Amino acid sequence: MPEITFVQFHGARETLDVAVGNTIMFAATSHGLEGIVGECGGNAMCATCHVSVEPDQLHLLPAMTDDEDALLDGTAIMRQPNSRLSCQIHVTPALDGFVVHVPERQI
Amino acid sequence: MIGPAGVLIVGAGQAGYQLAVSLREGGYAGRVRLVGDEQGLPYQRPPLSKSYLQGDGNADLLPFRPQTFFDKHAIEVRGDTRVVAIDREARRVITATDEMLEYGHLVLATGTRNRPLPVPGHDLAGVHALRTQAEAEALRVAMHAADAIVVIGAGFLGLEAAAVAAARGAQVDVVETTLLPMGRAITAVMSEAFIRQHQRQGIRFHLGTGVVRLLGDSVRVTGVELADGTVLPGSLVLVCIGVIPNAELAADAGLPVANGVVVDENLATEDPDISAIGDCAAYPNRYAGGMVRLESVQNAVDHARCLAARLLGKPAPYHVVPWFWSDQGDWKLQIAGFTAGCQIVVPRGDTDSRDFTVYAFRDGRLAGVETVNRPSDHVAARRLLSTGAVITPEMVAAPDFDLRRATKAALS
Repeated sequence: MPEITFVQFHGARETLDVAVGNTIMFAATSHGLEGIVGECGGNAMCATCHVSVEPDQLHLLPAMTDDEDALLDGTAIMRQPNSRLSCQIHVTPALDGFVVHVPERQI
Repeated sequence: MIGPAGVLIVGAGQAGYQLAVSLREGGYAGRVRLVGDEQGLPYQRPPLSKSYLQGDGNADLLPFRPQTFFDKHAIEVRGDTRVVAIDREARRVITATDEMLEYGHLVLATGTRNRPLPVPGHDLAGVHALRTQAEAEALRVAMHAADAIVVIGAGFLGLEAAAVAAARGAQVDVVETTLLPMGRAITAVMSEAFIRQHQRQGIRFHLGTGVVRLLGDSVRVTGVELADGTVLPGSLVLVCIGVIPNAELAADAGLPVANGVVVDENLATEDPDISAIGDCAAYPNRYAGGMVRLESVQNAVDHARCLAARLLGKPAPYHVVPWFWSDQGDWKLQIAGFTAGCQIVVPRGDTDSRDFTVYAFRDGRLAGVETVNRPSDHVAARRLLSTGAVITPEMVAAPDFDLRRATKAALS
């Protein structure tokens, strides 16, 4: 399974094996990982699964939808050019070694 | 401020779960117990009438968090435990097995239960309800085998399930006593747009009529008889005619109850040691202009956060713009604010197309926004409403009105 690494705001790193097809949000919440809230359950309604991705890995993701773009305007920590919602990132084999950074807060 | 027995949360749904988490996030070090009457870990209900019903029944996707998370945060989750009474003087609750659980602060997050259908035949095999994961699983399996389904009640739950059944190819009949599906929560314009959309998928509506009895052979349901004598054949009947708030615990303990457990804008009951949150709580909402009781994820989560802050010594009254979503076939309905009963309604976009927005006004100003397949409008509307900016029907009807631009202007 592809390995996804989560880097917490204070630098702690945790790597999870994530089944292809699952979202990065679900991988985090189902492992009880801190910092990814996902209060709407992955329905692109709440913007509490905000992450930023490594700039040189951004090209591995499909372009974001207008909806994701709109939700990112409402994140608790101001969005960056490499911000994404982790509920909208479905893991593929190409994402093996992917790294996401968890913001200081989601609410 | 909270006694040594800590916080006892009765009800392990979205509100109860969130309160436990928010207490720990806020640094509460006392005991936190989350008591529910179902077995297993606390789980999400919204998918039960949507993706879970459609899918292959993967229950692993439903829990909020794994057991290890609750262990790590010292949240004691007790399933299969029904609380039957509150002893306010002794500050403890009594369970169905006569166990006493003491509390420093008691939180009622007891939710609602389905309203029963009071007609003959309601207990036939093949008649389903939908609230718990077990019920969703039974319905999901039964739907595979049914080619004629009758849904009684055209609220969000009934229509979500009806859309799943229709997409499977079943003949679906929906019966509703009012003329407007979901009419308690949305505008008439949106309700009628949904009728047409579901009709395009082959769903048949029977509006403004009641059910007299469910027909069956000796064991199983075979159809539904309406007040005008019409008989709708169906080997599966889903009853979704609304809910009753679980407020008996509060009422029996002498606390005020009126369409739910009555609380103030801090979600406090008359007893300083008892609060109520989520679907079971009736509270004053400034956006609605009176007491409301809402059944939604947003309401549950935001109530929980508000109460956690108060219990942690940082009280702030609950003033939040409500929002809601419902997935019905290809249409994702999203609501920001309170739109039901609004007489002045301005649709933007074609209400027979795949995406449009409906603006609803009360007392001449924007009270809520309903969107179909326009999440970005929905997000902007939530932010716009929270600013309290005065938006009039004339402004929205102007050809060059742009919601995201109006929101940016209101926020700056």
